[in-house]
Amino acid sequence: MSDKNVSIRLRSPLGRARGMGSAKQGSHHWWMQRVSSMALLPLMLWFVISVASLAGHSYADTILWIGHPFNATLLLLTIAIGFQHTASGLQVVLEDYVADEMSRTAYILVVKAACALFGVLAALAVLKIAV
Amino acid sequence: MATFTLPKNSTIGTGKTYKAEPGAKNVKSFKIYRFDPDTGENPRYDTYEIDLDKCGPMVLDALIKIKNEVDTTLTFRRSCREGICGSCSMNIDGMNTLACLKPIEDVKKDVRITPLPHMPVVKDLVPDLTHIYAQLRSIEPWLKSDTPPPPDEERRQSKEERAKLDGLWECILCFCCSTACPSYWWNGDRYLGPAVLLQAYRWIADSRDEYTGERLDNLEDPFRLYRCHTIMNCAATCPKGLNPAQAIGEIKKLMIERQG
Ligand code: SF4
Ligand code: SF4
Ligand code: FES
Repeated sequence: MSDKNVSIRLRSPLGRARGMGSAKQGSHHWWMQRVSSMALLPLMLWFVISVASLAGHSYADTILWIGHPFNATLLLLTIAIGFQHTASGLQVVLEDYVADEMSRTAYILVVKAACALFGVLAALAVLKIAV
Repeated sequence: MATFTLPKNSTIGTGKTYKAEPGAKNVKSFKIYRFDPDTGENPRYDTYEIDLDKCGPMVLDALIKIKNEVDTTLTFRRSCREGICGSCSMNIDGMNTLACLKPIEDVKKDVRITPLPHMPVVKDLVPDLTHIYAQLRSIEPWLKSDTPPPPDEERRQSKEERAKLDGLWECILCFCCSTACPSYWWNGDRYLGPAVLLQAYRWIADSRDEYTGERLDNLEDPFRLYRCHTIMNCAATCPKGLNPAQAIGEIKKLMIERQG
């Protein structure tokens, strides 16, 4: 609640419990977390098996593998869903543990920016090889 | 609300020891958290040696014996002494439970008793429940219906509709679950916690209630509902054997269901 740091609080307990009311959102974020983890299950499995089977292959072979439209598509999906999932997971951790609203919002924005940055970077690397 | 440095008065000192009467054979030590806000002193553990041959079988029996015969200043809540009023909830041997349902013999070593965790302490084993009661009030735990009841008759429910309330109506609001929930510890100012969410679901699941949508609207919130991460401490500790985590899961399911 925004009156958390006020030292004298004469607001009624019910007023405090109701606070600013419900945010009218939250279920979408929660559901997308489940959906992305379901999608990442087969994608990560495919990714790990592929990378393992590429071990020992030459640089040129690897470039060729990435450039294949099927592999490139799955790589892009893994990157997009993976970073999206990471960002929303870290957001939940920050909401849990950072009490101060200002710093909580700031941390969440930094995490989202970092995930977007690395996500686009990784996607561009794949596209550069594939296209 | 996670802070990793603890306030000064969270350090618990060692207090007095009240020896058992000479000649007592079956002695058990009760280490009990004592705190008196009026003295300004830090809390302490007082030790009471009790002759179990002259004491009832439950932890509450020992507490009552201590208050009656050893130390009248010991403060705790109790009423029904049979697990139905929810007053005597406290942390016994590291687990939140009802003192009146907890057999002394279940605790192998000394019986350590503290108030429900992470709540402001009024005195000794009495936690301040003002906020959690206000949270309960905020979900409006009563039947809300625009259709008037049939004249001279009760509102009817089928057997199947009534069965949906099983595992919910039995809750005695002892708050063992909420005060065992890490999410409630860190964000209890906004997160409603397992006890209140189980109550919310009790009215959402009631076929006679006509405000299901409004009830769900009020819970649609990252803090009120979605701080629950299915840690399951609530179900593990509930002295009535209920499963608040499951009720919370049902609420989350309905949130998605009504979107399409
Ligand atoms: S399942 Fe949810 S409500 Fe129960 S202890 Fe875990 S976080 Fe708390
Ligand atoms: S669900 Fe169980 S632990 Fe929680 S308040 Fe109700 S009876 Fe107590
Ligand atoms: S005294 Fe009523 S529940 Fe223990």
